[in-house]
Amino acid sequence: MIELGSIYGVWLREIKVYVREKERVISSFISPIIWLFVFGTGLGANISLQGVSYQVFIYPGILVMSLLFTSIFYGVYIIWDRKLDFLKDVLVAPISRTSLFIGKMLGGCTDVMIQTTILLFLGLLIGISITIQIFLYSLLVLFVISLAMVGFGLVLGSNLKTPEAFQLVANFVVWPVFLLSGALFPISNLPSWLSTFTLLNPLTYGVDAIRSAILGVQTFPTYVDFAVLIGFALIMILIGTISFGRMQQTK
Amino acid sequence: MIISTKNLTKNFKDLTAVDNVNLEIEEGEIFGLLGPNGAGKTTMISMLCTILRPSSGTAKVNGYDIIKQPDKVRSSIGIVFQEPSVDDLLTGRENLEIHALIYKVPSDIRKKRVEEVLNLVGLEKRADSLVKTYSGGMRRRLELARGLMHHPKILFLDEPTLGLDPQTREHIWNYIKKLAKEKRITIVLTTHYMEEADMLCDRIAIIDSGKIIVLDTSKKLKNKVGEDIVLIKMDNPDIAAFKKLKFVTSFEKKDDSIQITIKDSSKNLQRLLCKIGKIESVEVRPVTLNDVFIHYTGKEIRSEGEEGGYMERIMESQARR
Repeated sequence: MIELGSIYGVWLREIKVYVREKERVISSFISPIIWLFVFGTGLGANISLQGVSYQVFIYPGILVMSLLFTSIFYGVYIIWDRKLDFLKDVLVAPISRTSLFIGKMLGGCTDVMIQTTILLFLGLLIGISITIQIFLYSLLVLFVISLAMVGFGLVLGSNLKTPEAFQLVANFVVWPVFLLSGALFPISNLPSWLSTFTLLNPLTYGVDAIRSAILGVQTFPTYVDFAVLIGFALIMILIGTISFGRMQQTK
Repeated sequence: MIISTKNLTKNFKDLTAVDNVNLEIEEGEIFGLLGPNGAGKTTMISMLCTILRPSSGTAKVNGYDIIKQPDKVRSSIGIVFQEPSVDDLLTGRENLEIHALIYKVPSDIRKKRVEEVLNLVGLEKRADSLVKTYSGGMRRRLELARGLMHHPKILFLDEPTLGLDPQTREHIWNYIKKLAKEKRITIVLTTHYMEEADMLCDRIAIIDSGKIIVLDTSKKLKNKVGEDIVLIKMDNPDIAAFKKLKFVTSFEKKDDSIQITIKDSSKNLQRLLCKIGKIESVEVRPVTLNDVFIHYTGKEIRSEGEEGGYMERIMESQARR
């Protein structure tokens, strides 16, 4: 069951808290810039991959990387909210756990999308040519990826008890997911045992979709990319609903 | 009966926090669960609020079963938790508005409802300040207001004045009384403060180790123990002499003194003192709920909360942010 008003309420709370936590807003602005400078200049070698220079090839990967980190680590807020009892009033509300989870998820996605949009603009600075259509389509693709990844972060957050444990697990998860997504190198060059992992990684399809949106190169058909990402987001909602249900039973 | 429990039980690993409780609460009363820390009060309330699933037994709240119809129960109740749970990065008004959205208060009455509850707890002037600038008492009042936003039939208050200073505490009591009177809602509160239970509650259930020891009005509970307590210090008391006196209802020898309960101390104290001979000192005081508790359990309710008080929790939450 999905209650729109309640989802809006949960989302609104996330946004208001986000806007008032200055560190979070500042970090949304700063971290994309750092990503881009580190990779844009440090790796600006004259290598070319799939017909484009490495710097341009890697740009969608950086978009995805910054999105992935913000999305997954958003899950830690669920632990703080729970620790500080801000979540209590919401957990006893007469609404479905699914609405609650979706509200939190959309809150996280908004957070992530603000940062991603800035990064998309910065792309223009390093010479990526983006038309309005590509810009809007990229936003759509990135939003779908963020749904899947924020969902993943929230599932982790609602199943872990302390911020320290979350930090540990999230780091453990984020790097393999990122490195095996083809964000830094084309997956066609991988040995077959590694490419199995790559194919099982939902982010691979995200990277593929955004690369096709911006650079026009892609490995899988677009519908496969979207189906995998949306499917993964739905599975996260399902697991998240169960996790949120359990959460109120324990502490 | 607006709340009735049937063999309500909750076990945690090797501890029975709530043990086969059968309890009936009438509509419109202020009902108090009084007991020391760890007696099972919060566990009991958590089960009634559907936050915690009972190990066995069940309860009906506003006619709905807490296990089978938790959503219906939740729509009928408001809760003020023991821990501070308002968002301190939001203003008072925003906290209430978001609560209204999440609890599905219809949009046409939302604004009116917010004003109404703000007035009720006297926060209308500070409604647009961030909660982190509020005092402990103001936060508590905001939580009371939030608990009332969706017009619940029953309001649960878990240690409503834990860790607040005496003046603020009295303030909150007045608001709670006002709510009960103006809104005619049933209030169920837990407390380990005797005077709080005494001041507020129509009926009190004394709870210890997960069991309800005794349940009645404050006055009747005290009458069960006796009327006045006389503490006498003297050398070599003649115990037989005490036992002969008809107006002495109970008798207990403590370290270097004797504690007795007597009927109508204003009349009988004189007679008592005449009969027992030379004394060192005498002290007379009315029976309190603490005496009732000691009478039934043999131990005292610790008066101050050693567990984290409300203000400590606020400090903690702000330090973390």
